[in-house]
Amino acid sequence: MLAKRIIPCLDIRNGKTVKGIMFENVVDVGDPVELGAKYARDGADELVYLDITATHEGRKLFADLVRRISEHLNIPFTVGGGIDRVEDAELLLSAGADKVSINSSAVRDPGLVDRIAGGFGNQFLVVAIDAQWQDDRWTVFINGGRIPTDRELFSWAREVQERGAGEILFTSMNHDGTKNGFACDALRELSGQLTIPVIASGGAGRKEHFVEVFERGMADAALAASIFHYNEIPVPELKEYLKKNNIIIR
Amino acid sequence: MKVAIIKYNAGNIRSVDHALKRVGVEALVTDDHKAILAADRVIFPGVGEAATTMKYLKERELDRLLKELTSPVLGICLGQQLMCSWSEEGDTPCIGIFDQPVKRFPEGGLKVPHMGWNSLDRVNGELVPSELKGTYVYFVHSYYVPIGEDTAAETTYMVPFSAAMQRGNFYATQFHPEKSGDPGELILKQFLKL
Repeated sequence: MLAKRIIPCLDIRNGKTVKGIMFENVVDVGDPVELGAKYARDGADELVYLDITATHEGRKLFADLVRRISEHLNIPFTVGGGIDRVEDAELLLSAGADKVSINSSAVRDPGLVDRIAGGFGNQFLVVAIDAQWQDDRWTVFINGGRIPTDRELFSWAREVQERGAGEILFTSMNHDGTKNGFACDALRELSGQLTIPVIASGGAGRKEHFVEVFERGMADAALAASIFHYNEIPVPELKEYLKKNNIIIR
Repeated sequence: MKVAIIKYNAGNIRSVDHALKRVGVEALVTDDHKAILAADRVIFPGVGEAATTMKYLKERELDRLLKELTSPVLGICLGQQLMCSWSEEGDTPCIGIFDQPVKRFPEGGLKVPHMGWNSLDRVNGELVPSELKGTYVYFVHSYYVPIGEDTAAETTYMVPFSAAMQRGNFYATQFHPEKSGDPGELILKQFLKL
């Protein structure tokens, strides 16, 4: 049986791992390669590295980091942040990234989804969507959750699936940073509407939240950052707990 | 030992190279016929689309070369699929080492692509050591090779399929050993020992 995936997310700024609380106030939590290797040893199923600097100068630096990660890591990893062009994705692919994740750039230029998926395969492209529940709809935000758009979560997710996205990474801005659990109802709806895997993000605080997100939320994978970085829930302990609760886990 | 990784227009060849380094082998990434023929082990990796990739291989006569190799060859993911006779992906005639078609996973069932860690339910013990029965390895694919006489390991996703294959000196895995943690590295080491 296909196992549910546990994915620690590492935010990178200037080559260092950081974690944003509610997208603001970042704190240094270590070296990206070291931390990634530790998670792989602990049984993480995949990793996401998000470059939150993503300036022109920073990008070259990030590609070098991606090369180092690829050399040391024996599990799959996704990289994201500042991928605006096919060339940006190609540079990261040639550095050894298994997947790239795009977010704001897909909203600004939906054709980018077609071009990256067409060029390198659907499996290479994760489309990340940040959305907030407001006025009875899930509004899609860009620029790290700062700018609302006229897009709505479900129709946007279906559109990018149609355009060739291989996975959707959905972050509920209402839940992110709260540690009160994932947006299970929206996730369930999303998973039901899509034929590609859904990665849940935002709200992980307790082990029970992961059981909920896989059972009620029907997520294929769950992503979290601070609970792992601050060792509030060690990955091995979480996986043991999920197994006990009859979730299929590697 | 000389290991050649066949270079073509496919994704993430780098990660195979890095995985070999981790198990202590320096490989040559090349599309040069002489270098491939001279290698003790040949790895045919692959992430990509069948028709485009076959076209690329044919233009360089790499399809013919692969079939004629006598040293152990390991196809990975799309590599395994292209070593079969035909793929439903783009209705593509393939290299024809394994006498098997490549089919798309059925619609309306589970999510496609089959992405993530799945278990090796049956293994034949040669390429995939028997102690890895039940172990999880990493898959990413939308097409699969049905069970047949060349099946060397079996996994189920909607249908049982060939997670690994073998015929003579030709070996293949549908999963990515280079991304499958310690079990994956064990399989790569095993291939180098064959």
